[in-house]
Amino acid sequence: MSTTAIGQPNSVAIGFFILFILITLGITYWAARRTRTTEHFYAAGRTISPGQNGFALAGDYMSAASFLGIAGLVSTTGFDGLIYSTGWLVGWPVVLFLIAEPLRNLGKYTFADVVALRLKQTPVRIAAAVGTLATVILYLIAQMVGAGGLIKLMFGLSYETAIVIVGAAMIAYVLFGGMLATTWVQIVKAALLLGGAFLLALLVLAKFHFNPAALFGAAAVKYGAGVLNPGKLVSNPLDTISLGMALMFGTAGLPHILMRFYTVPDARAARTSVFYATGLIGFFYLLTFVLGFGAMVFVGPDAIKAVDKGGNMAAPLLAEFLGGTPFLGFIAAVAFATILAVVAGLTLSGAAALSHDLWVNAMHRGEADSREELRVARAATVILGIIAVVLGITFKGQNVAYMVSLAFAIAASGNFPALLMSIFWRRFTTAGAVSSMLFGTLATLLLIYLSPTIQVDILHRTTAWFPLKNPALLTIPLSFIIGVVVSLLGARASADDRALERRMHLGEVSG
Amino acid sequence: MPPLTSHESDARLKVLAARRWRIALTLTAVMIAIYFGFIALIAYDRPLLATLVAPGVTLGILLGALVIVVSWLLTYGYVRWANTHYDPALRALDAGTPNAGASQ
Repeated sequence: MSTTAIGQPNSVAIGFFILFILITLGITYWAARRTRTTEHFYAAGRTISPGQNGFALAGDYMSAASFLGIAGLVSTTGFDGLIYSTGWLVGWPVVLFLIAEPLRNLGKYTFADVVALRLKQTPVRIAAAVGTLATVILYLIAQMVGAGGLIKLMFGLSYETAIVIVGAAMIAYVLFGGMLATTWVQIVKAALLLGGAFLLALLVLAKFHFNPAALFGAAAVKYGAGVLNPGKLVSNPLDTISLGMALMFGTAGLPHILMRFYTVPDARAARTSVFYATGLIGFFYLLTFVLGFGAMVFVGPDAIKAVDKGGNMAAPLLAEFLGGTPFLGFIAAVAFATILAVVAGLTLSGAAALSHDLWVNAMHRGEADSREELRVARAATVILGIIAVVLGITFKGQNVAYMVSLAFAIAASGNFPALLMSIFWRRFTTAGAVSSMLFGTLATLLLIYLSPTIQVDILHRTTAWFPLKNPALLTIPLSFIIGVVVSLLGARASADDRALERRMHLGEVSG
Repeated sequence: MPPLTSHESDARLKVLAARRWRIALTLTAVMIAIYFGFIALIAYDRPLLATLVAPGVTLGILLGALVIVVSWLLTYGYVRWANTHYDPALRALDAGTPNAGASQ
């Protein structure tokens, strides 16, 4: 494994990538002719089937951090990388049990619809938009930075050109095709990613008579039994638990995931789609066990780190070892498609927060003409796309997986507690919701700034004010406590509980 | 079925809703216990996870894979219950209620 084609323009990768762009732009053209109203733009006319939405949820969720990042972590650290594989799945049952059905029955386009339902619109919408935009923008930066680095390695383009291409394609999908195009881009991407990862895992396992234990055993023989056990990545137990909380509860607060539940016809379809998504995502994370240890055995941690310090090229290098340059090209194009699809979903949910929550409901008291709202949503899409490109270039070289885990921490502390309390607790008040959401978002951002990662690793100070890398352990419980205490201190809001109760379980339309 | 009065309908919905929340919260608690149990073992009992349960497979790897599989089985159990028990009960309730759907 001394030579690799990574770093040189790869014609197969470019070919597959152009094919993906052509197919997705074709989908966008088809979807654009069906996107006439806000209900189409934000929610694909609520026509997506549970199976389709299951694939689209999986597509929205399996970002480059999961595919490249986890394979890289497992291949260089062994067992420690698997902590991420499990952590990124266990949020899905929580979404299913607590959030999916009430969200679909109570809301229209954004999760703020549910939080604001029986509270004062303007303050709740503004606070929810702050949480949404903080999550979306951090997540967008991580994906853009990942895309820039990947394309530079695979296609020989400059980092900046790569970012601009991603931004332009993503704006085109969302601007013209809205949720319908974004959903189908996710479905195509999820199928490609699962197919590519499955093929790669099969090729690895074929060398071990299709026995994963033999693969793990080979890794232990080559690099010591320690690779199969928890290691130094989890040296601080509280850090591990904090990260676990962010991953588990963050999923239930990710705006682009929550928005997907409005694309299906009813609560039953929302429920079923989570079951499909959990199966697809779980299967994918089980494959990362095989891909990671496969890359460790066949490519080797040193060769992987020589190409990219973070280990992100483990899966592409493994593909090159097993299938030569053409397979490398295919896997690279899949990774790129993965990023492109995720940024499209993120941008759409950010645009919905700007137009539906801020512009229509906070600034115009919900009284805006649908065509006008559509214009604002499209303008917001372009603005967010440009912001993503500019920030992607500004944050060149930052650690991608870390930024994604921070986006999860904000989603888990800023969005999730208020959403859950608005569903479960009738005494939740406007002041309680606003203070919980603003505290969760701002405290998370502040503690991240004071954490060792920023203070020690980036600013090169000797100590950090806050000991944990991820603040979720502290900020999630505090967001709940603040929401409860502020609500109990204030006056009890009178609400039509009966109507609300019926709607939460039966939906808006009977039958 | 004779039509329900809105009071009867509300009472039945209350029972049904309480049942759904009870099941949902129990399953959530099970999920949290499984995942944080796994994380706690990683954080505080590494030698146990290093035990070999088969050649090449440590207890840690086996449990990690099981967390993923069991999570999915929990979603299957819930969806099955909701589709076969909860939804039909809701539909029956909604169909038997005068004025159904006017609650928007």
